Amino acid sequence: MTALGWFQILLFAALVVAVTRPLGGFMTRVFTGERTVLTPLLRPVERGLYRLAGVDETAEQHWTAYAVAMLLFSAAGMLLLYVMQRVQDALPFNPAGMTDVPADLAFNTAASFITNTNWQNYGGESTMAYLVQMAGLTVHNTVSAATGIALAVALVRGFARSSARTVGNFWVDVTRCTLYVLLPICVVYALFLVWQGVPQTLGAYVDATTLEGAKQTIALGPVASQEAIKMLGTNGGGFFNANSAHPFENPNALTNLVQMVSIFALGAGLTNLFGRMVGDERQGWAILAAMGVLFFAGVAVAYWAEAQGNPAFAALGVDPAAGNMEGKETRFGVALSALFATVTTAASCGAVNAMHDSFMPLGGMVPLINMMLGEIIIGGVGAGLYGMLLFAIVALFVAGLMVGRTPEYLGKKLEAREVKMTMLAVLCLPLMMLGWTAVAVVLDTGTASMANAGPHGFSEALYAYVSGAANNGSAFAGLTGNTLWYNLTIGMAMLVGRFFVIIPMLAIAGSLAAKKRAVASAGTFPTHDALFVGLLVGVILIVGGLTFFPALALGPVVEHLAMNAGTLF
Amino acid sequence: MLKELRPALVMTAALTVITGLVYPLAVTGVAQGLFGHQANGSLIVKDGAVIGSELIGQPFTGERYFQPRPSATTGPDPADPAKSVAAPYNAANSMGSNLGPTSKALVERVQADAERLKAENPSAPVPVDLVTTSGSGLDPDLSPAAADFQVPRVARARGLSEEQVRRLVEAHTAPRLLGLLGEPTVNVLKLNLALDAAAAGR
Repeated sequence: MTALGWFQILLFAALVVAVTRPLGGFMTRVFTGERTVLTPLLRPVERGLYRLAGVDETAEQHWTAYAVAMLLFSAAGMLLLYVMQRVQDALPFNPAGMTDVPADLAFNTAASFITNTNWQNYGGESTMAYLVQMAGLTVHNTVSAATGIALAVALVRGFARSSARTVGNFWVDVTRCTLYVLLPICVVYALFLVWQGVPQTLGAYVDATTLEGAKQTIALGPVASQEAIKMLGTNGGGFFNANSAHPFENPNALTNLVQMVSIFALGAGLTNLFGRMVGDERQGWAILAAMGVLFFAGVAVAYWAEAQGNPAFAALGVDPAAGNMEGKETRFGVALSALFATVTTAASCGAVNAMHDSFMPLGGMVPLINMMLGEIIIGGVGAGLYGMLLFAIVALFVAGLMVGRTPEYLGKKLEAREVKMTMLAVLCLPLMMLGWTAVAVVLDTGTASMANAGPHGFSEALYAYVSGAANNGSAFAGLTGNTLWYNLTIGMAMLVGRFFVIIPMLAIAGSLAAKKRAVASAGTFPTHDALFVGLLVGVILIVGGLTFFPALALGPVVEHLAMNAGTLF
Repeated sequence: MLKELRPALVMTAALTVITGLVYPLAVTGVAQGLFGHQANGSLIVKDGAVIGSELIGQPFTGERYFQPRPSATTGPDPADPAKSVAAPYNAANSMGSNLGPTSKALVERVQADAERLKAENPSAPVPVDLVTTSGSGLDPDLSPAAADFQVPRVARARGLSEEQVRRLVEAHTAPRLLGLLGEPTVNVLKLNLALDAAAAGR
């Protein structure tokens, strides 16, 4: 580890904190329907959309209607994306002549993009036509992110309101988020990326003749427009197979820094929106602080592990100074690769600038743990905040049990219904992650896909289901995911991981909104101070540790011990 | 439920048009106008022919050129397109090796490369980036140490002094951004072009 490496990590964190308040303030205005600088330009478009869709923007929805709207919207999007892939050969904008995508892969990809996962069982430049990349994948990068943010705002309204029946209007929330937040930032961001070297063209792949006379086909496309929303919306689905490790997606250290900040930006801003909407910004900072503690713990372990380098190489006369460079790009080195890996899995982004499969055992364990905890460290846009608030409910429930008092959060009594719904949401993730892994590793069709032998092969399958259920989308990419078994089971893990968390969460939002707000008294447990942050972090680690330690012990921990003993597989 | 179907269908269609067509096409138009070179892949053209991209690594096998890092990309097998075979620096199929740290295949590959490199230049430890594949398989860069390591071989093959070649490497070493961000790099293709130009000008 070097001082310069740590400086870059701290610079990144400082930039995230710096954008938290401005973005939180802006988003609060957008979701409460206040005027913003963009209103004169975009308000007519917004109004036109409502008229076309028959939406009454003043009519708010009960949580059940909000949930139904969200489900129908997701279903319509999934169907359209599935059909587009199945007939892409017949559609325009296909200069590379990509053929129709097979049914199981198209299902997996459609499930992947509507759930904001962006798990990729396909190689972008070798499978998808430009039209699908733009009008299919880019669209869902945007609207699945808008959906996540809308849901988080609905939950925040549940806390903020008192004796209310409704939690907002889904169509209005999604439309405003898309028009006022995501698209304007993306336009500027995409042009910045092009300036720095990211291609944006509808032209065909280019054939080059190298200096030594060999032929090299260079894949191109409308990359920058997808890249921008891929990071900002914490989607992570790369235009190219190698994702942000590809020099056309992430050409230099500056784009790398901006990409990392943009993964965290909206998620961090939402913690501030939470504070503002419940009338006490300190509540948001407390949540962000708990996220920060977990984040720095992860980055320290990952950076340390990668900087050590592979002991097997040192024995062969290879200079260990630069650390573990297998699967990493020269321009990023180990510090920025370890940081990116921690960021992308803390949020539910899943973009990668280095191949996680080739990380050191403990370096690769950090992304795994981040996802197992449910991606609540900043998290996916929206999903991170509501995931973290669910854990806050668990933490306060535990605290309530300790002192024998009905727990309260922000003046709302947390009763049996809220706690049951929370546990439902919290438990469906390990069921998908561990359940499918257990089945996959005893089936021949599951183990045949593993690229690495020994404990690392187990880690590959575990990582796949953890990433799918947590809606992350990064991979230990050696695993051949494009098989009937993995396409279907990971597809299912993604859908359950998204919607079986969302529905109970919306139910909590509805029941919280209906409650009266209790006045704070001397007996109220304050939720904006260090004690609460410590309690929250403790509960997250205990729940995560109890659930996942056995699986981690079989994968990365065993591999680490084997590596130090000089065992190869 | 039926009442909700209309907004679901209309919003899906309308947002597809806005975010899937208007947004990328507008960005394409502006990008082509403002940053045409980058938007089309930062291509390097020499004597009217495209020889590569500034940002994409390409294979070099001859002794006279600086060689890039190993690459794990594959391409279709000419004998059977359903299978894939090793095709280093295939810029239409980016990928890493995805070999884990305890992989026998990885350590054997590194061992073979390290022994070849030690025989070529016994005077320095082998830089790790010269024996490891990059994440994309298209890494355009080498670390300065990995370029320096190859200086004696290139100088020998070209009949230049090591000092001359080393000066070219230094001239093509890009420092960290503002001295702080990222890692110092040497762009292999640009360095090799400069090497050819130096030879031609001599």
